[in-house]
Amino acid sequence: MKQKNKDSNTFLKGLPKNIFAGFVVSLIALPLGLGLAIASEAPPISGIIAAVVGGIIVSVLGGSNVTIAGPGNGLVIVVLGAITTLGAGDLYQGYLYTLAAIVMSGILILLLGFLKMGRLADFFPASAIEGMLAAIGLGILSKQFHIMIGHNNASGGILSLLVQIPEAIINLITTGTTSEKIAATIGVLSLLIMIFYSKIRNKYFQLIPAPMWILILTIGFSYVYVGLDIPYPMESRFLVNIPDDIFGSLAFPDFSIMYKSEFLMAVFALTFIASIESLLSIKAVDKLDPESRRSNVNRDLKALGLATTVSGLLGGLNVVTVIARSSVNVNNNATNRSANFFHSLFLVIFILVFQAQLKTIPLAALAAILVFTGYKLATPTTLLKISKIGKEQIFIFLTTLITTLLTNLMTGIGAGILITFIIHVVINRSLSLFISHIFKPNILMFKEPDGGNYYVSIKHFCSFINFYRLKNRLDAIPENENVILDFSMCSFVDHTSFEGVENYVQTFDKKGGSIELVGLDKHDTDSKHPFAIRKMIPSMALKPIENYFTKRQKNIKITAKEYKWNYVPKKNKDTHFLSDFVFFKTRKISYYYNNLFDKNNCKSVFDVEFTEGEFIAKEIVKTTIFHIKLDHKIPVFTLDKEGLLEMIYSLAGFKDITINNHPDFSKRFYLSGENEEEIKSIFTDELILFLESNPYYHIESNGCSIMIFKKERLLSVKEIKAMIYFGEQLYTFLK
Amino acid sequence: MNERILPFKTILFGFAFSPKLEINVLETSRIAKFFNAKLLLLHVGEKTAEKELQINTILNECSEDNVTIEVQWKQGNPIDVITKTCKTAAIDLLILGALQRENVYQFYVGSIARKLTRKVCCSVLLLIKPSAERIVCNNIVVNGLDEPDTPLAITDAFYVANALGSQQITIVEELREKEVDVTIEDDKSLKKATIMKERLTNREESRIRKIINNQCEEYTQNIRINTQNIFGQRGYCIGHYAEIVRADLLIMNAPKKTRLIDRIFPHDIEHILSDLPTDLLIIRRDHLETKK
Repeated sequence: MKQKNKDSNTFLKGLPKNIFAGFVVSLIALPLGLGLAIASEAPPISGIIAAVVGGIIVSVLGGSNVTIAGPGNGLVIVVLGAITTLGAGDLYQGYLYTLAAIVMSGILILLLGFLKMGRLADFFPASAIEGMLAAIGLGILSKQFHIMIGHNNASGGILSLLVQIPEAIINLITTGTTSEKIAATIGVLSLLIMIFYSKIRNKYFQLIPAPMWILILTIGFSYVYVGLDIPYPMESRFLVNIPDDIFGSLAFPDFSIMYKSEFLMAVFALTFIASIESLLSIKAVDKLDPESRRSNVNRDLKALGLATTVSGLLGGLNVVTVIARSSVNVNNNATNRSANFFHSLFLVIFILVFQAQLKTIPLAALAAILVFTGYKLATPTTLLKISKIGKEQIFIFLTTLITTLLTNLMTGIGAGILITFIIHVVINRSLSLFISHIFKPNILMFKEPDGGNYYVSIKHFCSFINFYRLKNRLDAIPENENVILDFSMCSFVDHTSFEGVENYVQTFDKKGGSIELVGLDKHDTDSKHPFAIRKMIPSMALKPIENYFTKRQKNIKITAKEYKWNYVPKKNKDTHFLSDFVFFKTRKISYYYNNLFDKNNCKSVFDVEFTEGEFIAKEIVKTTIFHIKLDHKIPVFTLDKEGLLEMIYSLAGFKDITINNHPDFSKRFYLSGENEEEIKSIFTDELILFLESNPYYHIESNGCSIMIFKKERLLSVKEIKAMIYFGEQLYTFLK
Repeated sequence: MNERILPFKTILFGFAFSPKLEINVLETSRIAKFFNAKLLLLHVGEKTAEKELQINTILNECSEDNVTIEVQWKQGNPIDVITKTCKTAAIDLLILGALQRENVYQFYVGSIARKLTRKVCCSVLLLIKPSAERIVCNNIVVNGLDEPDTPLAITDAFYVANALGSQQITIVEELREKEVDVTIEDDKSLKKATIMKERLTNREESRIRKIINNQCEEYTQNIRINTQNIFGQRGYCIGHYAEIVRADLLIMNAPKKTRLIDRIFPHDIEHILSDLPTDLLIIRRDHLETKK
């Protein structure tokens, strides 16, 4: 009960903030809603219906916190396609059929929510999705550019529309009517506002979002004419068409062609794109959330499905979670779902109060907003970003983009997935790697007994096909824990997985935990990007480790700077300084690498690879060691915890040493060496207390230097720092 | 001490004439010596003079003392013959050579060994890397599933560990994600699931403790005992874990009777068989149960 009171208190306290955020969002949602609907060749009001219904239903039933629901960019192309193909020339009839398809897709999305398909979005290669988004952007841009310059009758596919742009500009200048020229001027000016809005750093100017400025200015422009008593020089076909009686003229879906295959295809495409767009947006908004809450995607899907069904029944478009409006919401300090609700409420008020004014909005102004949105989706910087990750990613991106432009979205994304898989097979030169392990589990996760780190090991391969397995595991770890992701047994990791893991790294960082990737040093890559595809080919495993691109190596380098130490990632075979440690008497050291050392070169941390056993039974082990050169002699000893590492020193002269008066220490630690008296003399009470009260490390001395290590695996950077701290303190004790 | 230790008295090794034959024989005879058991070498196939000569030369070179070795030749379907011999000769342990990623491996583990592990009435040891020189078996991983066979498997693990001179036994409890009756969807359900997992872990720990306490002290005193809880798919996690900790021997309960559907959707021991991480010992003692 108390909890409930507290909850409602914080809710009430946050209410003013959320009302304000909802208001600002509605300022954008209004022009975007109208524009997106017009771009889909649906009545402008249908976009507003979607936003209102979405805002109300999703805010009440949804599972996310600061998202905004409404009509989405991605669906423009699909809805446009559905209206034109289903209507067979009659746009209004096509719209009614499409409403039926929207209702059906809403039911399907609801089902997806109940089937817990919130992970659906994880099955798509990142570059293919980028390609799809770029195609959607081009689709919006190609059509709206014509409307922006007053050329309302352009028609054709995306590519032909793009080709027609120069011709349309020439036509406008040579043979354009006054109305067309005014429309074009308004359009271009609006586009300039969109482009330069973010560059103007005025506090009061920035209070109102750019799309709303455009509406205010264009509506104001029409009032200038009213004031001067001159008829408005724009024909009605250049203006937004909103019915006088909104509630009386709602359109209702027509289910009469439900059985046709085009209809089913439209339902399928709507469902697919709507859920992908929503899921990607929810994921992105979760990262923006200042309280870093985790959204319940399945619950959100259910709410979105229901909202879509209701919206379709009332003549509105699909309801999806939208990223741009959500980020405005977060930037205006929204704290919970009520902001989404208020955004709907304000939209209703706008439509009812400013009905007459809205009718004077030129289409060109709305088109300019959409041209800008489309350009942002299809910006060439995306391609640039992808090209840095790797050549194959450009190929995936372009394949998806071009196929989508030439055919449709579904075929495009299908081609993207197929080409990604083929590229993976070619890169690995093995189809069986994927085929034989595709249905098998490949992740092991457990909490390490000492220290309580979560250890996750991945086997075989990790790509967009099976990334969900890893995701399921990571989802089950509280974000304030430390996680080690070990890829050393995983021979192939793709870009999608790295990007997915990076999302988790950020969330964990935000909430006080950490995720570190280890075991990628031996993987081969042909790009310097941290998310580039990495593969391990057996013959390559012998190659030197000079790649120097893994994130862990980058972090070690940063650590080196912090400590003002030096860092040499190169492999070094000169390992004789380790060979007289007892631990390495029976183990053969191959080399050490990732060397981090201080200025005097007496303290150093490095990864070392050594082998145990011979031939068939040979095992390759890697571990991280802290090595300190001492300036004076100390006795040879080894200190091990009872029962941690498999090393019983049966060497001649070595015996178990019991320190008097410290029964607990003797019970927990296994101290051995030759010269009992000398060893006892350096294990002072302070040193023993220090060792007892700190985490366990294996410590060895070879007479003139000491070696410290923790586990028989590589350590994460966080663990390395802890080890350096421990080692330095130990060093002062031994002085 | 509740459990009786049932020593391996007779060991059967089904051999094929592969290039690894000599090493296999060396390894198995060494194992027989550790257990003080009688070794029965069985070849399913035609007995030719050439083959006989080959095996005899190997046996003559093999220098383990005090091991009784008997060679048998039988004809027929390998699976039927071996299953039958296990019953008639009262075999306690069947050893199969299973070279990792080789044709023999494909041959045995892919089909025969898999069938045998289900059909035979005794324990089965699958060797993936037999070697001429002895490699000390230091680290044993044994399953600690909440099943009636588990105490037996753990008891046997201690018996085997003592016989082979191992230093460490890790008991791995695999907990099904399903047992955590919460779907993790948001922060709240994650918290709930984490608490639930903690509770399950504690419950499992105490169950395993009880089993360990029931062991004969003579067998446990020289061995370090670790436990590790893993949430995840049964039969898969323990294999992956054994690979990570570089275990020398993995000990598992015998698979229960399987239906066709289990073949199609691999589970439990199938995962380990299809990708053997290390030597595998499957404990089954039904012939003793039936004798009682």
